[in-house]
Amino acid sequence: MANATPSPDSQPIAPGARFRRRFRPRGLSEGVVKWLCFVCALVSILTTVGIITVLISQSIPFFKAVSPADFFTGTVWSPTPEPGKFGVIPLIVGTLTITVGAGLFAVPLGLLSAIFLSEYANPKLRNFLKPTLELLAGIPTVVYGYFGLFFVTPLLKHVIPEIQSSNALSGAIVVGIMILPLVSSLCEDAISAVPRSLREGAYGLGATKMEVTTKIVIPGALSGIMASFILALSRALGETMAVTLAAGSNPVLTFNPAKAIETMTAYIVSTSKGDAGVGTVRYNSIFAVGVTLFVFTMAMNLIAVRLVKKFRQVYS
Amino acid sequence: MIGSTDAAAVKLLAKRKRADRIFRAFCFFAASLGVLILILFLYKILIDGVGRMSWNFMRTNLSSRPARTGIWPAIVGSAYVMALTAIIAVPMGVAAAVYLEEFNTRKSRLSEFIQLNIANLAGVPSIVYGMLGLAVFVRWMALHESVLSGALTMSLLILPMVIIVTQEALRAVPKGYRDGSLALGSTYWQAIRFQVLPSAAPGIFTGIILAISRAMGETAPLIVVGAAAYVSSIPRNVHDRYTVLPIKIFDWAGEAKPGFNQAAATAILVLMIALLLLNSVAIYLRARARLRR
Repeated sequence: MANATPSPDSQPIAPGARFRRRFRPRGLSEGVVKWLCFVCALVSILTTVGIITVLISQSIPFFKAVSPADFFTGTVWSPTPEPGKFGVIPLIVGTLTITVGAGLFAVPLGLLSAIFLSEYANPKLRNFLKPTLELLAGIPTVVYGYFGLFFVTPLLKHVIPEIQSSNALSGAIVVGIMILPLVSSLCEDAISAVPRSLREGAYGLGATKMEVTTKIVIPGALSGIMASFILALSRALGETMAVTLAAGSNPVLTFNPAKAIETMTAYIVSTSKGDAGVGTVRYNSIFAVGVTLFVFTMAMNLIAVRLVKKFRQVYS
Repeated sequence: MIGSTDAAAVKLLAKRKRADRIFRAFCFFAASLGVLILILFLYKILIDGVGRMSWNFMRTNLSSRPARTGIWPAIVGSAYVMALTAIIAVPMGVAAAVYLEEFNTRKSRLSEFIQLNIANLAGVPSIVYGMLGLAVFVRWMALHESVLSGALTMSLLILPMVIIVTQEALRAVPKGYRDGSLALGSTYWQAIRFQVLPSAAPGIFTGIILAISRAMGETAPLIVVGAAAYVSSIPRNVHDRYTVLPIKIFDWAGEAKPGFNQAAATAILVLMIALLLLNSVAIYLRARARLRR
């Protein structure tokens, strides 16, 4: 070893002192490696900074042309005939329609399925059901869009004959299917964090499995379950391809689920693949919509993180 | 008197048991619904898509006539973008994870912040990455609508996922491996390089393959950074224009001509087969790692 000076590693460790492993680069090349790794870790922070900078700086020209008040309170979104009207409410309502609809579908089913997997199913059945649900989660979102357009909507046509070929209901259903595995697996994590002893105590008092589940397990895992709902809903909120295909690109303010609508994400996609010239108000509007979308999802994610932290503290 | 309360108790017990059975049935229905939907999915896509499936379809160029179109440029585009994405994102993600897990064992405030930031990034909608790529790679760095700008955008998208799975794999390596190596006089970097990384490798590879297969089905960010729906030739270098399988599916599914809709189903089949192949590699790696232990 070329190291002449004794490294701190060779100092004797006092008896009883906790040995703390810590990376100490030896020689120039190991120092370089450490710095390279550090730089790579910094890229993730740069990404966040980049996202925020880009969204804000690129939407400033838009807000110079359209006042924020008009943007956030306007109820008409029709960018195409110049100068265009940019009221984001229809897009927000469209997005929330899909999110709430998907939640109505996926939240009860996901929770029940998590209960079945963790409380009722025998290991054999569980080992079959769980990977299958994971497969469902691995299907690309654009395929869900195809499924909505060519399977769910024709099916719905039997029930609602006047339904449009792209419609909010079909979009909500496919997005619901999409987030179902997520709700199920996150809920299951939360449920399995409830200590076994609590269940045993209730069984000892003569409770049935349903009573144990609804009165002990679910209340015990409630904040974790809530967090998983919120995380899944924030996925639904940011979902793009499935809703663009299945729910359409028709930015009208409607609460009729049989009509085509447009979500914020669908607007960004259809505008950026279209012919909007760089620098036009319409082109810049995608960044303003992007800011709105980003704020919505970030808020939901932060709430979920808070809840998860809270529920971890309960049992550890 | 005792007899009557007993009867009431028995009745109540029967009622509670019945409620339990009904609840169980509901839960079972919910859990099996996912399987049912998956089967419907596959059935629908097979029925729609298998008619067009042929070697010829896979190797033919795109065409504006539904009967004559193929999918070859999209297959090449997808492979090209994904390979480049892996080349960029994997070393970076693994290095970042090594930094967070191995180099920074005393949890500093900075590494905690990075960790929180990574968790948040994983929750950002993919389309937002597309807008970042559009402003930074396409415009600012003037890479235009090229394979390179698409791959860079995708790298940023999968980076948090690569970091998270690598961290998990590193955490699963027993502490003794590091201590043993250090006790034999290796430097910490040697311990990481020759002990920790090799034994975490199967886990890392599995995670990376899952990340890549997620990126392969991702459509929205690539549309925003300007991947074309139609290209006349296959991309030859990183500055060429390109299209990918999911974008072709999106484009064809939205067409009015039924012939294109059918082509979309066939393209879905091609994409799903590719994903299946990727995932079987992951399963194979996992199984081989388990055998070696």
